[in-house]
Amino acid sequence: MLPHAIFFYFFSFVAIISAIMVTASKNTVHSVFFLILDFISISCLFIMIGAEFLGMIMLIVYVGAVAVLFLFVVMMLNVAQQKNQWFKSSETSTHIPVGLIVSLIIFFELIIVIGGWKYKPDIIKNFSDSLISNSTNTHTIGSVLYTEYIHLFQISGMILLVAMIGAIVLTFRKREGVKRQNYFSQISREKNQGVELVEVKSNEGVKIDV
Amino acid sequence: MEYLILLFSEIYKILYVLIPVLVSVAMIVWLDRRIWAFVQKRRGPNVVGPFGLFQTLADALKYIFKEIIIPASSNKIIFILAPIVTMTLALIAWAVIPFSEDYVLADINVGILYIFAISSLGVYGIIMGGWASNSKYPFLGSIRSAAQMVSYEVSIGVIIINVLLCVGSLNLSDIVLAQEKIWFVIPLFPMFVIFFISSLAETNRPPFDLPEAEAELVAGYQTEYSGMMYAMFWLGEYANILLMCALGSILFLGGWLAPIDTPLFEMVPPPVWLIFKILFLFVLFALIKAIVPRYRYDQLMRLGWKVFLPFSLIWVVLTSGYLLYFDLLPVY
Repeated sequence: MLPHAIFFYFFSFVAIISAIMVTASKNTVHSVFFLILDFISISCLFIMIGAEFLGMIMLIVYVGAVAVLFLFVVMMLNVAQQKNQWFKSSETSTHIPVGLIVSLIIFFELIIVIGGWKYKPDIIKNFSDSLISNSTNTHTIGSVLYTEYIHLFQISGMILLVAMIGAIVLTFRKREGVKRQNYFSQISREKNQGVELVEVKSNEGVKIDV
Repeated sequence: MEYLILLFSEIYKILYVLIPVLVSVAMIVWLDRRIWAFVQKRRGPNVVGPFGLFQTLADALKYIFKEIIIPASSNKIIFILAPIVTMTLALIAWAVIPFSEDYVLADINVGILYIFAISSLGVYGIIMGGWASNSKYPFLGSIRSAAQMVSYEVSIGVIIINVLLCVGSLNLSDIVLAQEKIWFVIPLFPMFVIFFISSLAETNRPPFDLPEAEAELVAGYQTEYSGMMYAMFWLGEYANILLMCALGSILFLGGWLAPIDTPLFEMVPPPVWLIFKILFLFVLFALIKAIVPRYRYDQLMRLGWKVFLPFSLIWVVLTSGYLLYFDLLPVY
């Protein structure tokens, strides 16, 4: 178990340090890179407890898609050199109380979850009894997700769809003066529509109607 | 002591895969340039070594001895990290590629997801390189490249779902073994075509090499790189191309399996078949580089989102409907 412990402590150490660095680093782009490092080490932890499907999905969804968009936004907004207001002027900053409240709520929720786990272990046992133990966890997730939890799964899909449509509606606007490309007309243009052969008399030139 | 022996045997196994991959990357760079020259009626690199085979080694030596220039206004740590990330990601994905039934470094249950995850991480090397250079052409190139890779990843994911529906497992060896009767290229031929084109876009190959379109962006995200760091980008890029070819031959061309199950073909060791298939796909890659002109950016985005994505989604519905109707769904 020694290598297992070494890897576990390594990945958790990296995860915690990078989580701290997300908030502490002065450069916003660096924060996003630390966030990515955090996601990666957490997915390594997932893989270590045997949840390889969850770990890979975490990598694909969070690191491969969500964090790329974060990075895009941060790079585009050009907020790279934002001042760190952690210790300098806490009385002017309004972010810290809000952040404190949110983290306190999450902390208490975690306490409730872990407390339930610790003092009522039979609840979790009932959940895991229905799972088939000798198949891979991809099969297990699939066989539970699409049978017992199909309605919840569909509802979460609908919520994501609504959010997607909402985002499109919010950002969609008709802009004036944008040159649109029409493939069909571009490809189907014939030679005689674009080129004209003209007999040019010398010293007179050609008048081109534009 | 026990762990030490384990560690060394693992390192030995890793080198056993890694060194052939690196050597073949050097060889396919040569092959790429030769095919390109062949199409254009030139000779290509033919001076260093027999048929110019050592040209890449000479190039690599040249890059190693060149000075590494780091721009003064760049973000130095990320600037140095970017080529390292690109090359590492391109190489670690080879851990799960099965060369034969028992010749695979890590036979993990979610092999295909692993490769998909690693290839979706590949975009970071490019974004980091472009942003850290602190210069407009690299930044534009990296933004383009990131948008392109994210878009084509979606359609590759949907295509992989098509194959997985027929296999019923995420393990790469299982995917190959499921093709013993018929290679998936025959029933899923349109998906193979789309996969091939998407992998051209995913690896930033022509005709989708807009991130490094030299007429507009100098050299894209690599503009500020020099010496060994440039060579690492380049190695990572070709290792990625080779990986996409390997993935294509595993998903659609039956991996290490021989085309027909005859005693004559069984004499050939299985990894040789895989190498043949990878080479075949790579020759197609190189021919397309020589033949097809570069896409415009809006054409590229349209092709990814409006053509490939709906088509492969419809094909998912068709495949699953077919499998369900004829009761062919793999059951575990």
